[in-house]
Amino acid sequence: MTMLKFITKDTNINFMKARYFTYILSSIMVILSIASIYLKSFNFGIDFSGGVLMEIKSEQPINIEDIRSKLSVVKLDELNLQTIGTEGKELMIRAQADNANDEAQRKAVAEIREILGNNYEYRRVETVGPQVGDELKMAGTIASILAILAIAIYIWVRFEWQFAIGALLGLFHDTIIVVGLLSFFRFDFSLTTIAAILTLVGYSVNDKVVTYDRIRENLKKYRKMPQEELINKSINDIFSRTILTGVTTLIAVIPLYLWGGDALESFSFTILSGLIIGTYSSIYVSATILNLFDLRAVHHQEEDNYFGTIG
Amino acid sequence: MYKLSLQRIVMILAICLLGIFFAVPNFVKDPKTTLPSWWQPVNLGLDLQGGSSLLLEVDMKTALKDRMQTLEDSARAALKDARIRYQSISSDEDGVKVKIESTNSRAKAMVPLRKMDDGLKVTDNGNDVLVVNYDEPALNEIKRKLIDQSIEIVRKRIDEYGTNEPIIQSQGEGRILVQLPGVQNPEEVKVLLGKTAKMTFHLVDSSTTVAEAKRGKLKSSSRIIRGIEGEQYVIVRKPAVGGETLTDAGVSFQEGAPAVSFKFNNLGAKKFGEVTKNNIGEQLAIVLDDEVISAPTIQSAITGGSGVITGNYTSESAQELALLLRSGALPAPLNILEERTVGAGLGADSIEAGIFASVIGFIGVVVFLVLAYGLFGLFTTITVFLNLFLMLGALSLIGATLTLPGIAGIILTIGMAVDANVLIFERMREEVKGGRSIKDAIESGFSIAWGTIIDSNLTTLIAAAVLFYFGSGPVRGFAVTLSIGIATSMFTSVTVTRLIIAAWFNRYKPKTLPI
Repeated sequence: MTMLKFITKDTNINFMKARYFTYILSSIMVILSIASIYLKSFNFGIDFSGGVLMEIKSEQPINIEDIRSKLSVVKLDELNLQTIGTEGKELMIRAQADNANDEAQRKAVAEIREILGNNYEYRRVETVGPQVGDELKMAGTIASILAILAIAIYIWVRFEWQFAIGALLGLFHDTIIVVGLLSFFRFDFSLTTIAAILTLVGYSVNDKVVTYDRIRENLKKYRKMPQEELINKSINDIFSRTILTGVTTLIAVIPLYLWGGDALESFSFTILSGLIIGTYSSIYVSATILNLFDLRAVHHQEEDNYFGTIG
Repeated sequence: MYKLSLQRIVMILAICLLGIFFAVPNFVKDPKTTLPSWWQPVNLGLDLQGGSSLLLEVDMKTALKDRMQTLEDSARAALKDARIRYQSISSDEDGVKVKIESTNSRAKAMVPLRKMDDGLKVTDNGNDVLVVNYDEPALNEIKRKLIDQSIEIVRKRIDEYGTNEPIIQSQGEGRILVQLPGVQNPEEVKVLLGKTAKMTFHLVDSSTTVAEAKRGKLKSSSRIIRGIEGEQYVIVRKPAVGGETLTDAGVSFQEGAPAVSFKFNNLGAKKFGEVTKNNIGEQLAIVLDDEVISAPTIQSAITGGSGVITGNYTSESAQELALLLRSGALPAPLNILEERTVGAGLGADSIEAGIFASVIGFIGVVVFLVLAYGLFGLFTTITVFLNLFLMLGALSLIGATLTLPGIAGIILTIGMAVDANVLIFERMREEVKGGRSIKDAIESGFSIAWGTIIDSNLTTLIAAAVLFYFGSGPVRGFAVTLSIGIATSMFTSVTVTRLIIAAWFNRYKPKTLPI
């Protein structure tokens, strides 16, 4: 009756065997990401860097050079012009104001408006002071780390500390690699990007918890099974679920990346790459790493469902 | 038999209907005028409907400086009353410094200085100087009051300006967020908020002239001040009448030229009457934001409690000043830290793009689910669709604000909602394979998967909570959307799916699972 039977078929893949290879792969990806962050930094949006951002739209295609020469009289550092959209009728004006204070930024915006006049539709006008940018950077970093730690504590309470460590490793792995990708591909790094990172943390931990739930269940069910085999079996048990959920969410998010518009581009890229990397790390980082610990030694008798059952 | 109590069924259906009911206004044309206020669509964030958002900061430093200046004046008076000689007195935002060389007098001065106001502390800094400032709780109270007052005045000014449904709220330490839906160019608003509009009336000190005062013939109770046309005056520091006693202001015409008329409350009228009665022939300076805007000579006692300011006003500038005086003075200047304006065109495009992406995503998910799970996939589709309505209904009901990232959050919730169903179905399959009957398998599919679903959703909720706490504006909207989506998706994917499967099971008595 179902057509994609191959997905829901039982699998028996030896995930554990590949783990040394994937540890190396993960390490390389993490190192490359850190290198990219360190060397290339981020393409910070004005949320973080402070500055001026304007988006204008015209009836006719916009000539960048023309605008550039017109705006050359405005006192701003690093004037950056870029057409957006497919028809070339929209232009993004960005100016980094390294020394400029809030007042100078607003004056620049007023001047630009005056020079360009009323022939353009002003679709977006934003100025962010340098002070706010630094604060937001701080808040964003704290938020991400705090979220990961809060989640780890939850897992520690619900499972065991070994699981919390596995989840923590996996989450940092995912976050660092995704952030590395954002840095490498020069995606705009803004407040919504932070939201996307925290969302991917939420999704990724979701995946890891499902795997851990199964490992815990199997630990009780198969008391004699060697641990490595047991972890491998658990991953296989829920493999069809992992793929189904992953693919469904991908199907939901891909249109967002393709057609969601400019403002959501870096947001949906973060979620998209996070989905793939998170699914990978649930198996190859957070689950396989558990084999370093003796799970049976600490696994005492526990209630299966703290939250009871429905019915 | 696989049964659910009637009560339960009614409750589930009631929740679904309620959700759909509250989602309906989102599909009605022009709901503002046709529907009651409790039955409205979800609010759109400024990024979707277009508008301006300003982040203001209360300039504490200047405000405290002002405050300390007042304290300095009281200190002079207090020391004079107590007959204590001092060498010098000065103030900055950190406190008032009084230099008293005599150790005896210094000790004697402590008490009157501390008694000037509540929450004051006086310390001897060792260099013959007493430092008077507020202690920690008093200082915090002062700051809190400053912010509250500032918000109040900002609200009054924005209301007077007359924009549609503005949102004014405090944010973090000393910040005020002003959101103005529909405003495309906030220049005028910025001008309105950029002035403190502190108006006071001071007597001009006729015992000296500006030239003499500059040479040093200046009483400590007087000071030199600039006028609006560059001229200078010597005025008495202490205001004869304060601006806080103004009750109304408007535009009037004096000999055909626009002027600003004002009215005092009873206290102000009385004070103003006394001052004018006792100082006929003297000049009274009207000081606005530390600039003399006019200094008419008092011709007679003015007891009516009202007056007129003439000057080089156009009707616009007179209108503006009247508005500022009406709404009251800001206790401190405001700095604009952040300004974001989104045009209505971009907002509309974003909504369109968001809806298009959602529809495509939804169709893709439906096709995939039906291919993967057949009939059960169809059930899931129903619940996911229902979930969209419930989310929209819940967001509309609580008056949440939908932002562009929020739309993305809704799409993401589709994935989360499906996950719960996948977990349940996969478990059923396993149970059947393990030799259980269909009925048992369905039962345990739900009950065993429940723990996992709770765990995985709660962890996502933790991330959403952190987002809400740290985020602002669109990010916060996203966190709310995500949290509501988690709650409603758990309801639809578990409870409603269960109801559908139970109905299907009872009706068809299947021998095998269709997955």
